[in-house]
Amino acid sequence: MSWLQGPARGPLLYLVMALLLALVGVAQSWNVALAILNMCLVSAVMALGANIAWGYAGLMNVGLMGFAALGGLAVVLAAQPPVPEAWSAGGLRLLGTGAALVASVAAIALVRARLAKGRLRALATVAMVVGAYALVRFLFDPATDAIEAVDPAVTGYLGGLGLPSATGWLLGGLLAAGAAWLIGKVSLGLRSDYFAIATLGISEIVIAVLKNEDWLARGVKNVTGLPRPAPYEVDLQASAAFVERAQAWGLDPAEASGIVVKLCYAALFAAVLGVLLWLAERALNSPWGRMMRAIRDNEVAAEAMGKDVVKRRLQTFILGSAVVGIGGAMMVSFDGQFTPGAYQPLRFTFLIWVMVIVGGSGNNWGSVLGGFLIWFVWIEAEPVGRWLMDAATAWAPEGNAFAAHLQEGAAHMRMIFMGAILLLVLRFAPRGLMPEKVRR
Amino acid sequence: MEILNALALFTNFVGLPALAYGSQLALGALGVTLIYAVLRFTFFAHGDLMAFGTMVVVLATWGLQAMGVGLGPLPTALLALPAGIAAAAGFTLLSDRWVFAFYRRQKAKPVVFMIASVGVMFLLNGIVRIVIGPDDQRFADGERFLFTVGDFRDWSGLDEGVAFRSTQALTIVAAVIAMAALFWFLQRTRMGKAMRAYSDEEDLALLSGVDPAKVVRTAWILAAALATLAGVLYGLDKSFKPFTYFQLLLPIFASAILGGIGNPVGAVVGAYIVAFSEVMVTYAYRKFAGYLLPEGAMPEGLLQLLSTDYKFAVSFVILVVVLLARPTGIFRGKVI
Repeated sequence: MSWLQGPARGPLLYLVMALLLALVGVAQSWNVALAILNMCLVSAVMALGANIAWGYAGLMNVGLMGFAALGGLAVVLAAQPPVPEAWSAGGLRLLGTGAALVASVAAIALVRARLAKGRLRALATVAMVVGAYALVRFLFDPATDAIEAVDPAVTGYLGGLGLPSATGWLLGGLLAAGAAWLIGKVSLGLRSDYFAIATLGISEIVIAVLKNEDWLARGVKNVTGLPRPAPYEVDLQASAAFVERAQAWGLDPAEASGIVVKLCYAALFAAVLGVLLWLAERALNSPWGRMMRAIRDNEVAAEAMGKDVVKRRLQTFILGSAVVGIGGAMMVSFDGQFTPGAYQPLRFTFLIWVMVIVGGSGNNWGSVLGGFLIWFVWIEAEPVGRWLMDAATAWAPEGNAFAAHLQEGAAHMRMIFMGAILLLVLRFAPRGLMPEKVRR
Repeated sequence: MEILNALALFTNFVGLPALAYGSQLALGALGVTLIYAVLRFTFFAHGDLMAFGTMVVVLATWGLQAMGVGLGPLPTALLALPAGIAAAAGFTLLSDRWVFAFYRRQKAKPVVFMIASVGVMFLLNGIVRIVIGPDDQRFADGERFLFTVGDFRDWSGLDEGVAFRSTQALTIVAAVIAMAALFWFLQRTRMGKAMRAYSDEEDLALLSGVDPAKVVRTAWILAAALATLAGVLYGLDKSFKPFTYFQLLLPIFASAILGGIGNPVGAVVGAYIVAFSEVMVTYAYRKFAGYLLPEGAMPEGLLQLLSTDYKFAVSFVILVVVLLARPTGIFRGKVI
């Protein structure tokens, strides 16, 4: 089996992945296969982002969910049409709040810089923080109340900028990068496991904000019908030329329209993934990448060589988070809706971690493969789990309560699969399916 | 009179709930801290371990209720508790044997243990959801109140009342007993001393004949027992929902780190600090202020610092501030 270890291993694994997807296309339907492929591409982008922080710098970011959600928010902010009534109702006051917030932070920083360390400074800081809080709340509450009162069943939020949908992906990356800069500044000095817990906490806070600040993106009322970067199925079905061509291929127009739309998405997503992967590989093979690996493998030695460890870490954390944000934005574009209530850490943080570990930490191509494979398993675990449960309860007579209960729980079999895969890979192939190449 | 009314109001909506919640967190945080002290990694599956133990207790409680067995005024769940503890302890021992023991032999880095605990978390998550489902379950029975708002009003003659739910009382009493027993165990017994020695200075402890396998086993059993107890008390006090238990992970971690991870006293103190801050920051002080402020000086609004949905943010902010100001926590915990 030595050929499994050689240079053919990577392409071979990708071939297997392609065959698996093709199998779904033949056995289930091509629409399903393409939907899985699209989410595989999105997952691959997120796994790539996680791998940049983990594989390059050894940072365990357990807040991926938060960055993915910020990316999703960016799509709403970029692509949705603005709501002028809401802007006139409270937009100005809201901008005033922002200005007041920035001014107070600046004032506090200034006072702290001028005063000598001591009781006076502590007292002044506390007094100013309390004052700033009161001022911000005084401006903020009426503004958001006014905005949320504007036709709450349809809008009740400020809306977006009305830009093309794909600009939201770029904005998603920027938003996630900004958040990562803030978080990294505070928590990168912490020990590795504290850093993990800190990121876990921040992701929960991000989701709490998105769920509750209705003026921003409607909270749990969700934003649906987001503009798409691809044509709509109904438009295609209405076009005579399209219907004709579909029939010429021997396809049902409804099915064909779904396939064409998903192919458009797949092309866009693959292009984004390709660019990101190319950039990530270039970075890894540059002097910068060598420095990062040196820091990861021996921090003390790297520091002795004069490398600024904390700053480099912040850099990778920001880059990795931005990529996760782009992935989150792509996913929301594909879904056509932003649903803050759907973000759960198991699905958006820990699942991505399984992808990175299974694919091979430190290897970008490995993470991408892990993204594909694990998403595939995550989706196909449901029918397989149901089949397993059916087989396990075949002895039971029709209407047996226990058997029915087990069949109901079949959907949760995917958790068991994920746990088992993670533990098995970690134990028997700790460097993943495509291990990081060690250069000497 | 006005001050007493304000005090009663505060006790009813902040004091008692926070005390009960803090006790539940303390039991959870003690488990996390014990695992950290002995095995030296952060156990991500703790919330799901709580859910697993509680699930077994819920099922056993239903069984007992169906058989007509009960404890009178006390919840039946107390009778079912040993079953849950045994199941949780069995699970942790198995997972240690099949998962963590291997990495101990390898002397793997803490982060590898952490990732392995994520795998265990997935497994537990799946098991709990398959067996009992993802929905809310109520299993509390017995007397609901020690005294109600009406009882208290009649007794004291105040406008505001205090209700003391029996689950709150039970939580506080059970937590105090469990903590006292744990501290007695750690301070006085041979095994407890061995555990502390192993945690402080592994090599010296091994040299003095401490059996590491036994120490690790005891730590897992204690953590599982504490987690199950915490989960059952939380479930009795509120309700049992697997996802909520997963989310408890954050305040529990915050408590353990705040007090100094690896330090049991710190875990308890940290838990009460986190619980009181969460409840106090998200409480609407409007009525409270109404009793204390002079007539007409009442400000508009609810006087709520943060909406209840942001309670996670509170434990998190405390965590970060403490970590920045004093990385070892309040009571010098471990630094690897």
